Amino acid sequence: MATAAAVTTMPRRRRNWRRSASPYLYLVPALAVMGIITFYPLIYQVWMSFTDFGPKNFRVNNPISPTFVGLDNYIRIAQSNLQIPNFEFIRLVLFNLWWAFSNVVVHVILGVLIAVLLNVKGLWFRGIYRALFILPVVLPSIIVATVWRNMFDTDAGAVNFFLQGLGTTLGFPADSGWMHLDWLNQADDPIPFIPLPLAYFAMITANTWLGWPLNAVVATGALQSIPGDLYEAAEMDGANAWQKFRTVTVTFLRPAMLPYAIYGFVITFNLFFLPYFMTGGNPFGRTEILVTQAYRLATERQLLGVAAAFAVYLFFLLLVVTLITNRLAKATKSYAD
Amino acid sequence: MTSLADVSRRPVLMWSRRAARRRGSDERKLPLGRQLALQALLIVITFTVLFPLVWIFSMSIDPRGLFRPDGLNLIPPGATLDAYIKVLNQPTSNPISFIGLALNSLKVAVFTSAIAVGLGITAAYAFSRLRFRGRETLMIVILGVLMLPGVATLVPLYVFMNRIHVDVAGLDFNLRASLVGVILAICSAQLPFAIWNLKGYLDTIPHDLEEAAYVDGATQNQTFRRIVLPLATPAIAVTAFLGFLGGWSEYLTVYYFIGGNVPDWTLSIALNSMVGQYARNTPWSEFAAFAILFALPVSVVFFFFQRYLVGGLAVGGVKG
Repeated sequence: MATAAAVTTMPRRRRNWRRSASPYLYLVPALAVMGIITFYPLIYQVWMSFTDFGPKNFRVNNPISPTFVGLDNYIRIAQSNLQIPNFEFIRLVLFNLWWAFSNVVVHVILGVLIAVLLNVKGLWFRGIYRALFILPVVLPSIIVATVWRNMFDTDAGAVNFFLQGLGTTLGFPADSGWMHLDWLNQADDPIPFIPLPLAYFAMITANTWLGWPLNAVVATGALQSIPGDLYEAAEMDGANAWQKFRTVTVTFLRPAMLPYAIYGFVITFNLFFLPYFMTGGNPFGRTEILVTQAYRLATERQLLGVAAAFAVYLFFLLLVVTLITNRLAKATKSYAD
Repeated sequence: MTSLADVSRRPVLMWSRRAARRRGSDERKLPLGRQLALQALLIVITFTVLFPLVWIFSMSIDPRGLFRPDGLNLIPPGATLDAYIKVLNQPTSNPISFIGLALNSLKVAVFTSAIAVGLGITAAYAFSRLRFRGRETLMIVILGVLMLPGVATLVPLYVFMNRIHVDVAGLDFNLRASLVGVILAICSAQLPFAIWNLKGYLDTIPHDLEEAAYVDGATQNQTFRRIVLPLATPAIAVTAFLGFLGGWSEYLTVYYFIGGNVPDWTLSIALNSMVGQYARNTPWSEFAAFAILFALPVSVVFFFFQRYLVGGLAVGGVKG
């Protein structure tokens, strides 16, 4: 190699040169910038969360210092004692956790099933399907959210048009209620005893459209690393299709899918775009999640101290979630790993 | 904290057509009945994937200027590109053209991506290849920051940047209310991501070439510049693209920092003002045309970079 040959005349370094000062030289640019724009704001935020920080404290002319209020912001959030409508902290957290969990389950199952489907030997047009299915992934998320918002419009949305077309073809009267659903704002829960608004189902539909293809990509990679003779061995042992899927396919998919599922959980937990642009938290703030609520507190209400405390809560929630899922990932680590 | 880092980057290669064709030799014949059943199922799936895309496209060429569509038309009668011309000139009621919005988005996208990758690559190299005190701790801190949503740093950054204010000789500059501030704020989340993504890729590159260079007496800087950087090109391209995509469609920061200052608006701000309760006067054909024009450049860039993406994943696969 020419590069290496050109430098052979240089003195040989000691073996332990890697422990010299130079690692820090490689780190300094990034860490210095992150220190100013990432770490300092995060620490500053913790301080803000103990004050009544508001617009008066950072205006250009004559700012005054904020008052220290101790844990007041945290207590008010936990007690849902804020001057904003439809705010219930516990419900918000539970909805947020359920939102992330239910999405990941649906995405992983659909992704794996479609990957298995596309992996069937001798299937026609496999390449075309794969090229088409990956399309949603490259779209900016704000477009996805706003387009789906319009899709679910009551009077002009494509989903209701589709239901009307389907319904009238099958002979239902054109004014049936289920053809004119108020997807994003309906206050009554569609399924009795399950406290989830219709807007949640609209949101999970949109997010599933966006989310399963990447899961299918990851699953496809894992599927193709399964040695074919394992299936043959299972066949010789008299396993049927379902038993082969459960014993061979699932065993090999788990080590690949589990980290991706955890990653998907964190991403979905923090997914700002759908609740903010698609439902706007409707009906009655019930599809709001923590990040959209935090953003509203800061931008619409100017309650910066409260918003800061909110972000700290968010951090600890994510920490707990990661620790739990990490333990889960270790406990279920497959021997095939 | 390792599970996030385990997210595999390899499989995308297998998804690509080239890999499928290579494996084609061992394919058996599928019974026709089962083949047709599977094809029917796949066509249904294709329909669900394409439905929103086709709908938005057919809406964008609707000639009637309807405020709301009145049904599903694949190609509406008398299709025109009027909506595209309208949004190219002035998408919203505010005095800014599509090009003006796109240039602002482009500035944000290019600078955030360049800063994140440029600073991230050396740090990623240090984390991947060098052993130093505090390495584990720093990595966990960066991963922790990575998990936090962008919203988490937004408020302190707003307050912090609002203090940086210059008012000399008629020049009134507030870092917070400028695109520079927006770029820095976006970098606060993108830089840790870039470090992590690049480090993950560098970890998959075998050390052999570097070892050979060390044996030949190359210095650390030479190894980094002449061996690691070229090998990392695919990952740099992918990370840069993801950074570009993030900056191009950024909404939160721009809306919060820039607010009503129309000349600094980006595409996302305009798109959001064309939908929902404040957009009763925007025909959906214009919204649709705007969304397509907005998505087009990143889609084109994606297809341009896809080669590098797949190539990068192939290199990553060497280690197995």
